[in-house]
Order: sequence, then structure tokens, then C-alpha cells
Amino acid sequence: MSDKTHVHQATASVEQRVAAIEAAFDDRGMKPLETVKELERLADDQWVPQNGARVVARAWTDPAFRQRLLANGREAVLELGLSMPPHHRHLVVLENTPTLQNVICCTLCSCTAFTLIGLPPDWYKDLEYRARVVRQSRTVLGEMGLHLPPEVEIQVWDTTADTRYMVLPVQPPETVGWPEEKLAGIVTRDSMIGVARL
Amino acid sequence: MDGIHDLGGKEGFGRVRYSPEAQAFHAAWEKRVNALYSFAVKRGIFNMDEYRHAIERMEPRHYLSASYYERSLTGLATLCVEKGVVTLEELQRRAQGSFPISAPSAPGRSNVPQRASFQPGDRVRVRIEHVPGHVRMPGYIRGKTGIVVGESPTYPFPDAHAHGVGAVDEPTYDVRFRAEDLWPHSADPALVHVGVFQSYLERAD
Repeated sequence: MSDKTHVHQATASVEQRVAAIEAAFDDRGMKPLETVKELERLADDQWVPQNGARVVARAWTDPAFRQRLLANGREAVLELGLSMPPHHRHLVVLENTPTLQNVICCTLCSCTAFTLIGLPPDWYKDLEYRARVVRQSRTVLGEMGLHLPPEVEIQVWDTTADTRYMVLPVQPPETVGWPEEKLAGIVTRDSMIGVARL
Repeated sequence: MDGIHDLGGKEGFGRVRYSPEAQAFHAAWEKRVNALYSFAVKRGIFNMDEYRHAIERMEPRHYLSASYYERSLTGLATLCVEKGVVTLEELQRRAQGSFPISAPSAPGRSNVPQRASFQPGDRVRVRIEHVPGHVRMPGYIRGKTGIVVGESPTYPFPDAHAHGVGAVDEPTYDVRFRAEDLWPHSADPALVHVGVFQSYLERAD
């Protein structure tokens, strides 16, 4: 006997599904639009890697700040007018050296210090990076263009709680003496994730 | 749950599709869904642990084939239905098509009663537990031994917070493992650090 109640329906497009949720919110008087627009603006303009770059440049030029940053990252970034969401209760800054490369990931989802280093790029959230970087760190970094000499130790940090991590890259020697603003201009998002050196 | 989301150390995946210019968003709907789930969190419809768990409960084939923001969308929709904000029928009517959501949740749990405090330098072992609900212990450290290198402030306990179960906040410890201990003879040498909730840990001798 055929099951006449079971109707196969094609899956709605992602755009239609997003619009359905927004319309349902709107229909209930929840007025999502204003907040959604503000959150989209924050994603575009405020949660950008230039924030973290300023932190790195300050740490390179101000040894006392560097110590405060390494001791309590969350407090230290406030000095630059930067902040983290309330649920990110702790920021651990990981200092690279010529013989140490730190790299961050989130194997379970996509956690990052997004208010400082920007919303994570697509590859950070992809299955390949999440699955492989903890187990094949040197291989994966090499495939991504970071070929580390054997004497460089790799330390991976898997963001499995609401503590956040950011990498403090090594300052290129030729930039010593540069003004802070110019230094901030050379700091990339990927160097603060730890998949690139400067 | 030992879900499909728990990817750390899984083999068979290819090269990271990396570009230094990679963006966070590729389409307007992605930015919109990211803002909509943040809106729902701000409204108190659900918390971040519930949100993460709703994504983990996606049907595995759907999880693996969906883009990151389709997973966000599915977690958001699942919780809106489960919390009674909207029915699945209404969402499907509005979307004019099928709207896949996640499987129901197993029960959560509160903190482990016997919890020890640790100091940097302490040797700890990750308890061998299989938690049916939400848990933030990646499977690759289960039963493994490492060294505490840091302690966080206290956080809501995810295993409880994702399920509306009462619990006290507890710290996480950054625990250092050797990749060689996690995957003997089968990993690139490295030190791998994981933020581990106090309830997941016991002292190692």
C-alpha cells in the first residue's frame, strides 16, 4: 500500500530558508531588522584583523605592554580601546619566537577571538583544517605555504572552550624602529592565526 | 555525543583550500544568517552552548555536505522550532520547500561531583566518558594524559548549559599533550593544547 501522506518536497534554497526565519521573527513583532543590520555592520567594520594588528604593533614597541598582554590579554587590549564579548572571559596571547610557531584552530566548530583577529576565514571553518591541523600540523602548514625548518617547534591550540587565543608573531628584524602605525600595517590575520610568518 | 562535528584527527581529508585573501562571507545570506543567530542569542531565545549543540545534532550527511553558514542556519532553525518560536510547518510553508533541521537532543548532565583543582605543571588524565548530550571534549583526548599549562576564569558548564540543566560554573585548563601520545606513530611531532573543562579531568600519577 502506498503512503499517500508522505510527500517528498524539494529542499528550499538557503536564501529561502533564511528569509523564512527572518519573516517568522518579524511576524511575531520581534523586529529583527534593526539589530541584524547593526550586527552586519559590526561584522564588516568592527570585527576586523586591523584590531589585532594594532595589539601586535603595540606589543612590539612597548615591552611593558607586551608583559601585560601576555599576563592578561583581555585587560591589556582594553588599553587600545578594543574589547571582547562578555562570554570570552579570557584571552591567551601566544608569543612566537624564531624557534617556536604557535597555531590556533577549533576542531569542534569555528571559535576565534573574532573581535580582535576578525571573523574567521572560510578555510579555518572547513572540514580539512579542523580535521588535520592538530594531527598533521607541519604537513598542513607546509601545504599552506609555511615551510618551517626542523628546528622550529610547533604548538597547536584547539579552541574548545570560551577562552580565546591569538598569536603574537615575531617582528621582522628589518622593521625594528618603525612607528607603531606602520608596523600594524604589516601584521596579517593569518600571522595571528599562526599559519603564516611575517 | 560522539558526533560527526568532532573532526580533530580524522583522516582522509585533503588539502586545506587556503588563500591569504580568503573571506569570512561569500554571499549576502551568509552575513544575514550570522546576524540572525546573534540576534536570537541577544533576545535570549537560546545560548551559545545550545546553538553549538544544535549544529552538532545535524544529520551527519547533511552536516558534512552543508557549508558553514548552512550549518548556522540549521542550528538556528532547529532551536527556533524546539523553543516554540515557530513550527517547522510554518518555516516550510514560508520557505516553499523542505527545511531540514537537526535530530532531537539526548539529556544533558551537571558537573562531575568529584572535581579536583589543578596547577600549572600538574599531570592530568582526561576521563574516559561517553556523554550522550553536548560535551566540549574532543574525542582525540579521551583517556589521554597531559600537563596543565594554564587555567581560565570559570565558564558555564557546556554539558549542562546546552540542556537547561543546573550546574555551577567551572574553570577550563589548557592542557598540553604530545601529538605522539594522541596518535602514536601517526602524527607530525607537535605539542597540542586543548581547553579542558575541570569535570573532564582527573589527576594522573
